[in-house]
Amino acid sequence: MLKFIIKRLLLCSVILFFVMLIIYTIMHSLPTSYVESVARELATKPGSQKSAAQWMVELNAQYGMDKGIIDGYIYWLGQAIQGNFGDSWYYSIPVVDEFKKVIWNSFYLGVAAFVLEIFIAIPLGVVAAKKQYSITDYSVTVVSLIGISLPTFFVATVMKLIFSVKLGWFDISGMIGRDYLSLSAFQQFFDVAKHFIMPIITLTVVSIGGMMRYTRTNMLEVLNSDYIRTARAKGLSERKVINHHAFRNTLIPIVTIIGGSLPGLFAGALITETLFAIEGIGYASYHAMIAGDIPFTMFYLSFMAILTLLGTLISDVLYAVVDPRVRIN
Amino acid sequence: MEDKEKKVGIVANIQKQFQKRERKKTNYISAHDSAKISRENRKITNIIERKRKRRFVPESEYLTTMHDEKNVVEFDNVHTYFFTDIGTVKAVDGVTFEVPFGKTVGVVGESGCGKSVTSLSLMQLVQRPQGQTVEGEIRFNSGDKAYNIVNAPASVMQMLRGNEMSMIFQEPMTSLNPVFRIGAQVDEVLFLHNKGMSKKDVKEKTISLLELVGIANSVGVYKMYPHELSGGMRQRVMIAIALACDPKLIIADEPTTALDVTIQAQILDILSDIKTKINSSIMLITHDLGVIAEMADYVVVMYAGRIVEKGTAQDIFNRPSHPYTIGLMKSKPVVGKDIERLYNIPGNVPNPINMPNYCYFKDRCEMSIDACNGAYPPFLKLSETHYVACYRYENTKEEGARNE
Repeated sequence: MLKFIIKRLLLCSVILFFVMLIIYTIMHSLPTSYVESVARELATKPGSQKSAAQWMVELNAQYGMDKGIIDGYIYWLGQAIQGNFGDSWYYSIPVVDEFKKVIWNSFYLGVAAFVLEIFIAIPLGVVAAKKQYSITDYSVTVVSLIGISLPTFFVATVMKLIFSVKLGWFDISGMIGRDYLSLSAFQQFFDVAKHFIMPIITLTVVSIGGMMRYTRTNMLEVLNSDYIRTARAKGLSERKVINHHAFRNTLIPIVTIIGGSLPGLFAGALITETLFAIEGIGYASYHAMIAGDIPFTMFYLSFMAILTLLGTLISDVLYAVVDPRVRIN
Repeated sequence: MEDKEKKVGIVANIQKQFQKRERKKTNYISAHDSAKISRENRKITNIIERKRKRRFVPESEYLTTMHDEKNVVEFDNVHTYFFTDIGTVKAVDGVTFEVPFGKTVGVVGESGCGKSVTSLSLMQLVQRPQGQTVEGEIRFNSGDKAYNIVNAPASVMQMLRGNEMSMIFQEPMTSLNPVFRIGAQVDEVLFLHNKGMSKKDVKEKTISLLELVGIANSVGVYKMYPHELSGGMRQRVMIAIALACDPKLIIADEPTTALDVTIQAQILDILSDIKTKINSSIMLITHDLGVIAEMADYVVVMYAGRIVEKGTAQDIFNRPSHPYTIGLMKSKPVVGKDIERLYNIPGNVPNPINMPNYCYFKDRCEMSIDACNGAYPPFLKLSETHYVACYRYENTKEEGARNE
């Protein structure tokens, strides 16, 4: 097992090298350039001695954009391996500092939505499979289809309309209320929590459908298998058959998926965070991206790539944990 | 009384539906018709399911008396239907036979003739809600009490299954749960039906059971997962599970079909060995006449959901009477006999949704007579033990009656 993991990690690093090269190339080819906009701004300032083009040359050298893609990438990679991701151009603080500032907001948001998703979707999927073609099954299917089909921004907008504009229960966006600073620590916590409710619900509604369908399909497949008939023929109660024999087998694909999405909890939800102005990693990288902030975006995208690779590794390992048939001895 | 009326109502309803289809004489079914059928089906199955799911079922509904105390199971006019979207499939249509204590009853017939559904009806394992036993009685003798399986609620069935009657399935490769160890799967059934047995005792019993079914490395196998065993070994484990609680009846549903010939012989040896050891009855379902000849005391020949002939093994093998049985016997390869082609019964099994109203076998029968155009033939008694459903023996019966 250890050998397998080490082999996979080595393979991951090779993949990562090329993924980041691609990202670096794309970042250099973006239609928006931070350097250019700064150069124009400086050139139009009163008392500017140089033209925009002159400023460009100077700034390019300053920001390390004159090296070309390959050299620039190797330089960036060398720095990144040493843990030096440079300063964010847009936030004008070290990238890592900005990351530390925002990551936990994303994490809390992700965890809350994830836990809700699991605890709603899996039981509903099991119930739907158990009562296949019943009214319960059809309603679960319809609800999950709605969840799959609706885009985040639509759900978020409808929720804002209902709960913020019409009912006035929540603020329309932002992380803290206007009287935040005058509250006690305990009240401050609740204030933030209240602002997180709508984004969490949005994320849950959108993600719940897929998981529910997945659970239902797998459960149905398991329920039709011969060993379930054997379990019934042993005289086990229906509850035991479903919860012990069937669910344990349904768990194989589900655990794999859940394990794989664990690193994704740190990835942030770019659209939702932006819509609700939650200062998470998604929100921060969105603003960095539209400003053409290469160091921050590079960092964020590499981080995402690492999380994805880690996710597949975790799901492979978990597969072996839950399914005795794929265990490597 | 009321239940009976309701059930008769259900059967009448099915017949009406059936006649409607009959008039059309077509196999094609439009979406509209299909939706209508499935609506009607749901109506029928809902009534049955609701009745079955009642929280409290009075004992009087499912306790009965055996017609003969020497029998462990009596099938009495059992009808198990499948309510599908293209019509009602009468998988088992009026089956009557019994399994005496300590005997082996072989059920033979080609694929799809209702052998397995008959046994699943006995275990109440027919796929619900589509599959339902709508009429008849299955009486099971557990010693002090006799149960009518058809009306027995889930709680009673759970007490009987695996304990008083157990089943060995056709597919050993997929019949064991892949994520649990062999030991745990055998232990489970012991724990379930022997409350108060200690963990250590259960483990010892499991290991001795594994030895009983001829697994040499029983302690090692106890800790293995199913995928680490071959098909034959898995079938042995299945037999061990079936034997765990010394059941009165073991249903073996084609236990050797998926295995190669050498293993087949071993598995059959184990079965007949065990039968004498724990003195239980075996209901052996197979389409292998060789297996039947070797194992069975009584033989039931099924065709298209009905029994066409039944009798002792001697009756069936020495004097096969129904043309179908005769055909089956002829289509069996015989060692030392050199023939160009193996005989096969011409034609196909009739469409299960659109059964004819005359003898189901008539269209394939090489010996049909004029009387065969009449209604489905009644059961005729050829001897004390030998029965056949064929018009060709009508006169013999009368003769027999006259002789008596």
